[in-house]
Amino acid sequence: MTTQSMHGGNIAIVGASETDQIGKLPNTSMIHLHTNAARRAIADAGIDKSEIDGVATAGPTAIEVADMLGIRPRWVDGTMIGGCSFMALVRHAAAAISAGAANVVLVTHGESGRSHVGVPGYGRAASSISGQFEAPYGALAPYSSFTTPVLAFLKSRGFTREDLAEVVVAQRQWAIPNERAQRRDPIDVEGVLATPPIAYPFTRDMCCVVTDAGGALVVTSAERAKDLPSADRAVYLLGSGEGTESVIVSQMDDLETFGPFRRGAKEAFETAGVTHADIDHVMFYDAFAHLPMYMLEDTGFVGKGESAAFFKEGHTRPGGDLPMNTQGGGLSYTHSGMYGMFAIQEAVRQLRGEAVVQVPDVTTSFVQGVGMMFGAGGSLVLSNQRG
Amino acid sequence: MSEGPVPEPTPETLPFWEGTAAGELRIQRCNACEKFYFYPRPYCPTCLSEDVEWRPVSGRGSLASYNINYRPFPAFKTDQPQVIALVQLDEGVRLMSNIVGVEPTPENLPLGLRLKVGFEPRGDQFLPVFTPETTEAE
Repeated sequence: MTTQSMHGGNIAIVGASETDQIGKLPNTSMIHLHTNAARRAIADAGIDKSEIDGVATAGPTAIEVADMLGIRPRWVDGTMIGGCSFMALVRHAAAAISAGAANVVLVTHGESGRSHVGVPGYGRAASSISGQFEAPYGALAPYSSFTTPVLAFLKSRGFTREDLAEVVVAQRQWAIPNERAQRRDPIDVEGVLATPPIAYPFTRDMCCVVTDAGGALVVTSAERAKDLPSADRAVYLLGSGEGTESVIVSQMDDLETFGPFRRGAKEAFETAGVTHADIDHVMFYDAFAHLPMYMLEDTGFVGKGESAAFFKEGHTRPGGDLPMNTQGGGLSYTHSGMYGMFAIQEAVRQLRGEAVVQVPDVTTSFVQGVGMMFGAGGSLVLSNQRG
Repeated sequence: MSEGPVPEPTPETLPFWEGTAAGELRIQRCNACEKFYFYPRPYCPTCLSEDVEWRPVSGRGSLASYNINYRPFPAFKTDQPQVIALVQLDEGVRLMSNIVGVEPTPENLPLGLRLKVGFEPRGDQFLPVFTPETTEAE
């Protein structure tokens, strides 16, 4: 059976779960972070495994994930655009289900980012574009490459390092009550600046935590969702967008703004038929403190140069009018390497009313991902109302 | 000789690395668009024309952005901070490089700082790196 549109609430997330544990998991291989989360998400959906006919993942192949779980899918997707792959995979799953190419899609993530158990080598070829034109200069890790455009961004807006630290302070407040979060100590701007320097202007707490963790989603049509035990917890896809830019960070079209955020968010809002005023909650992929600033401005929640004041004034904190990264985000909660899955998981929890720190009256959430260090973006508008 | 990852040229990028070995920074230019572009490709990324050529450029530019990396990877065999910089060449393209020959502090590295290229041996290749223009003038 096919539905009319992949957007507008015709497709639902009916199962969602992270791995039972996150953090330091030296006894679990990368692939079994996928399978642990997958089994939990299937149980959460209350759907029989035999109904799953689509598998989508980023990292290992969909072949491996499907085979590990004893699934023989008729549709697979291995789109790999870094940490926002999972936004794109939800979007692609919705398109496939709408088109009749799949009925029930399992989307999985898992990374042994901290313990490196069962992880294929991450080495990049010395002949690749990054291997020739960035790695030789030290841009071998996110902290030394993703951070390169930031001084230009800050200068263009008259922002300071203190403004970066404010992002960390705001998000930490969400993490403090959350026992699954990695960084839970209260901190102020001075405290953030006093953590060890990593790559100027970034100190440690402006950079994400590094963890072992996984997550999975079960996606199907709203029609099928109605008859599942999880029917009253379904989260609907109202709109989405995605896009890519340069394969190396030095070639961003503009150091001060990111096209895939602007274009992906615009498409997500247009396809959802909602405006910024309709959004009750946001998840902004925060591998580093500058990303929520770029995203707030590029996705149109504030104007150019207004993001720093927005954080400082507390709009994104508990009790604020735009609650952001409400489990603590990558900066404080968890970050396995490709964080996008965890941003979606928290949006789903908030929309179901199941979050550790629950925001009252959340109906619609906007999720913005980034991938490959300003290489890609993915945007989702999710709601607990079918639209 | 600096330690660290050694770039491995491909047929399409070889002229760039032949240039650095000869002490020249060579960047491709599209004759149709009359614009330089980077990174190397055998066609113009704007108009897809194959009417492109390698040209030596001035090697001068300005500091567009950077970080000071206090945690160099083990491959670099150093614990000295690295300035990982985005350099805007006067010809209009931007590339990543290191700023060398200057104490790596924010005070020494204001955005817009004028820079000039030099070439540093790395394995069997030569890396373009940049120094502040003023250090030579002094």
